[in-house]
Order: sequence, then C-alpha cells, then structure tokens
Amino acid sequence: MFNLTKIAVRNLRRYKRRSLLTVSLIAFGVVFVLVFVAVSSSFKDIMIRQITNSYLGDLQIHRRGYVASIETLPLNLNLSPQQAANAAKALKENPEVSAFSERIKFGAMFSNFTETTNIRINGVVPDHEFTTCPAMSTRISDGDKNASALAKGKILVPALLARGMGSKVGDTVVIVATNKDGSVNGKTFVISGILESATGPGGRDGYIHIDDAMEILRIAQREISEFAISLKNPERADRVAESLKAQLGDIVQDPKKVPFQVHTWAELSPFSNIAKMVDLMTIFVKVMLVAIVLISILNVMIMAVYERVREIGTIAAIGTLPGKILSLFLVEGLFLGVAGALVGLIAALAIIFGLNVWKFSFNFGQTTGLILAPSLDLNQITIACAMVIGVSILASLQPSMKASRMEPIEALRHV
Amino acid sequence: MSLIRAHDLVKTYQAEAIEVRALQGVSFDIAPGAFLAFVGPSGSGKTTLLNLIGCLDKPTSGGLAVAGADVLKLDRRQAAEFRGANIGFIFQSFNLLAVLTAFENVEYPLVMVQEVRPAERRDRVLKALQAVGMLEQKNQMPEQLSGGQKQRVAIARALVTQPKLVLADEPTANLDHDTAYMILRLMKKMRDNFGITFIFSTHDTRIIGEAEIIYSLEDGRLLQREEKGKANVQSNENRGAKLTAL
Repeated sequence: MFNLTKIAVRNLRRYKRRSLLTVSLIAFGVVFVLVFVAVSSSFKDIMIRQITNSYLGDLQIHRRGYVASIETLPLNLNLSPQQAANAAKALKENPEVSAFSERIKFGAMFSNFTETTNIRINGVVPDHEFTTCPAMSTRISDGDKNASALAKGKILVPALLARGMGSKVGDTVVIVATNKDGSVNGKTFVISGILESATGPGGRDGYIHIDDAMEILRIAQREISEFAISLKNPERADRVAESLKAQLGDIVQDPKKVPFQVHTWAELSPFSNIAKMVDLMTIFVKVMLVAIVLISILNVMIMAVYERVREIGTIAAIGTLPGKILSLFLVEGLFLGVAGALVGLIAALAIIFGLNVWKFSFNFGQTTGLILAPSLDLNQITIACAMVIGVSILASLQPSMKASRMEPIEALRHV
Repeated sequence: MSLIRAHDLVKTYQAEAIEVRALQGVSFDIAPGAFLAFVGPSGSGKTTLLNLIGCLDKPTSGGLAVAGADVLKLDRRQAAEFRGANIGFIFQSFNLLAVLTAFENVEYPLVMVQEVRPAERRDRVLKALQAVGMLEQKNQMPEQLSGGQKQRVAIARALVTQPKLVLADEPTANLDHDTAYMILRLMKKMRDNFGITFIFSTHDTRIIGEAEIIYSLEDGRLLQREEKGKANVQSNENRGAKLTAL
C-alpha cells in the first residue's frame, strides 16, 4: 500500500498545476457546501427558535378537530376541564417536557372607546407562558417585559393593532367577547405592553391573564384551547410528540377515541415550508458538489491514463497484475478527493470561524438584529467529506478500469 | 532441453481490409543461456516474434512453449504472472517510470510483481545496480540520466527478478554507436555472470556481431540460423546459484 501511495503521490506531483487546479476546484465545492450548510442551518435554527420560543412552543396539544377550525377559534372545541387535567398530568410526567402553558383562545372586539376592531386573545397563566415561550419578552417593544405584564386586568396588545388604533402603554381598553352559549360580555383592561408581531399563526395575538379570559367567557373551570409545550431538546420534537400521543392514548384507555391531537411546531407554522426549502437547497448544493468532484476527477484521471499509456504497457509487460494497475489509478483519484476535502474543510472552518467573529446580523420579518452563528457538527463534516471521497473513487473507477484492461502490447505501441 | 520451442508459428493481423502475415510458419529451439539475436529489416517480424515469446501476444496458429509452459494456454492474468516470474524486458525507449528513482525503478517489479520482503528487496536492487555499474546514480531520476544509463537501469530492472529469459526489443536503437556496444557487452556480461538467456532484436548491422546465435528474418520467415562460438556461456545448472547472488 505504501508503494501505491508513493507512486500515486509522485504522479500527482508530476502534473502539479493540473493536480492543484483539481484540488482547488474540489476544495471550493467543499467550502461552498459546508459554509452553506452551516449558514443555512444557523438561519433555520434561529428562525425556528424565534417562532417556538416566542409563541408557538415546540409542541402543542389541542382537542381533536380544533386545529382544523383554528381560524374561528371555536370555544366548543376546547378541552374540557377533565381532559385538560389529564393532558397536564401527562405533560408533567413526561421527562422530556421542560415547561408548558395552557391557553384559552378566543376572538373578541377591541375598543379604545373611539374605535373598535377585532382581536384574537390568548388567556394564559403568565408564569407558565413566559417559561414556555422565553422569547416572549423580546417581542414586547414597549412596556413591561416580564410576566407581571399579564397580571389580572392587564393586556399585551399586538403592535399592528396598537398602531392602527393609536393605543399606547397605560391606555384603558375594552375587550368584548361572545361565549360559547352566545352571551356577550366585556371587561376593561390597561395596556401593559406592545407586542411586536412574529411570523405565523398567533404572531399577532393579544394576551391577557387566564382568569380574565374565564371571566369574560363566563366559564367557571378552565376549558383549555391549547397547551403550548417547551421541550428540553427541541430536536426530539417528533419523538416526544409520539410518546405524548401514546401517553394521552393510555389515559383514555382507548386509542381510537383519543380526544387529543399533538402537533409539532412544523405542523403548525408555515415557516416549516421555508425550512424544508432550505433543506432542499442544501441537497441541491450537495448534488452540485458531487457534480464538481465527479467531472473534475473524471477529467483528470482520463487525462492521466491517456498520457501514461506507455507506462501502463511497461508495468503490465513486466508482470503487474490488472488489479494492481487499477489500484494505482484509484489511489491517485482518491488522493485528489482527500486533498480537496481536507483543504476545503480547513478553509470552510476558517470562514465559519470568521463569520462567528464578525457576527453577521440580519433582519427577518419584524425581527431585526438577528445574529448568525454558523456551526458545523461532526456529522455534517463526515457526510461532506465521505461524499467527496466516495465520488472521487467512483469517478476514478472508469479510467482506472480502462488502464487495467489495456493490452500491454497495444499500450507499448502507443506514441 | 530447450528453453523456448516454437513450432510453425503464424501470426496474422487484420489492418483494415488487409490481412498482414507478420509471421509465416516460424520454428526454432532456443537453449538456456543463449545470447541470441533476431535480425532483419523493419517489418520482418522480429518484434512480433519477441512479443509472442514474451507472452504479450498469441500466435494465430502454431505451438510455443517457454520455460516449459505452453504459453498459448495462459489467460491474461496467468500470462502476467508468468511474465513476472520468468521474463525480463528491455525496451527500445528504456521505459523507466518517470516518477521513480533509478533504485525505485529496479525495485518496482520486486514490490509490485513479486512482493519480495523489504530487506531482501534492497539487497537485490543494490546488487543489480552494482552489476550494471549504476550504484552511484541510484537516487537519480530517469530525466537526470543519459540514454546509456537509462538502459543500464532497465537491464538491472529486467535482471532483478531473476528471470529465466530477458527479451530486448531493439535495445540499442536510441543509443549512439559506442553506447550501443557498451550495452550489448553489458548484456552479454550479465548472461555470462548469471546464465540468463538473452534474446534481442536488432536491424543494426554494427552490433549484430555481438550475438552468438543469429536468426535472420525476412517477411515473417526465418531465413537462416548462424551460430558462433559459445565461450563463457553458463550451463543452466549453474544459473540458480549465480542468480542467488543478485
């Protein structure tokens, strides 16, 4: 093997400029893929965390059929107090759940005594809501940024609505709503803060204390519209969703009549489509890398075989077996791939380090000053490098086989 | 006993629509330890004959046995193994591997063909280089060597595997007259020292006289066999002992 390596390395050095060009091309492809993967993953993660930590949670539990009708916020599809208690019990028992917030959601009229408009209200337990959605406070652009902003009698108003109605922190407003029996009720609130909007459903909702919501809707016990759930490891959202479904199914003893539906953030937020597009682009970029490596190595190895036909004839004539001739050229292609992958990896890590030092910031929707923190995990590095090395071998295979199958007598005649 | 026995060898090529008869019923026996030349003008069939003896090609018809093996029955892989074990090659254009030093070029068949252990390999390479007078240039690359030096390295490479037979196709064609003589004398010395059969082809009348047996070819036919005195030719029995010294 050492001798194969020695001959391969020397042959690559023999055509220095061509080898350097090929290694550079592969390295460029590796850099492009790794930096793209790191930056796009960072962007995706920031946006997902922004959405899940500010209002959506990693998972949500609703009564079956609620999500399908979520635009009308149907009060008759809230979880009953018993069902809500069962869900809360299951969430407390699940070791992967770090926090959860129960919400009563309803549509209401918002009035500042001169103008009236419609609003979507979330009645929440303030501490639960701020623990489950820790980025909630970052969305409060004006006013109280703590859980005390949702003390009884206070309301967090979405920024778009506040601007349109000319409302500001400290103003008194009225919320009027119809309960599920058709009776209308209202309550005055003091605006405690203005909530900047975020992407997706619930991004423009107002918030009040859950007891105030129950008072407006005239319900004695908590009928919950949704549970927003924060997980210890958001990456495991799909698995935890499955385990929660099993848990909740166990509670009613009849999985076919489970009244609950567990959804991941991806099933609820339109941003998941953007995330999927980012993933698709990553695949596309990787396909481009494969094409770059395949074409450049194939080209170089075809040239290498063509230029060394007499050499191939000589080594075949003196008794080198076809398998060894094949190995000689395969090792050469492999080294080009390995060198390209290594150079590319080092350059990509340097660029990613630079991006982290530079702290590149960007705006997304209403959210400004988001800072990219691109990083690569070992898995991503391994996949990119393995892909380059694998394709290098694949690309070298055809020219190497051609070399190994040459008739020595024909090869020796080659001019 | 013959080292090579050819019987009624015929080789035809198809060059587009024309059938070229490169060999037309050639028969001969070559004894071990011979220093033999196939001579004749271009196109007489010398190279074709060497290619057949070297198991690089197969005759269209006829029989050919080399070192006791019916080479017609060897498949591609077996032929390569047979060449690696029994035949050394010296080429007109030297054909040294450009990326290897003189030492590594001689070492190549021991590494890639015969897989000899490193310690023994080094010993044999140094002795082969010493035998051809190239020990001092062992670390030089082929591009740093003169034509004559390259051919000496090529001879060392052919000998280092301890073959029964060395085939040299026009080994002096790219060399000046003095160097050509020197190479021929070196080949003969190697035959004398190690008892290896040397067969070469040439159309250079100035060096033909160096051969002890001369087969003249013309138009693919063997015209005549001329044999000179065989002073200093080693017997086959001594060959093994001498080769061990390499």
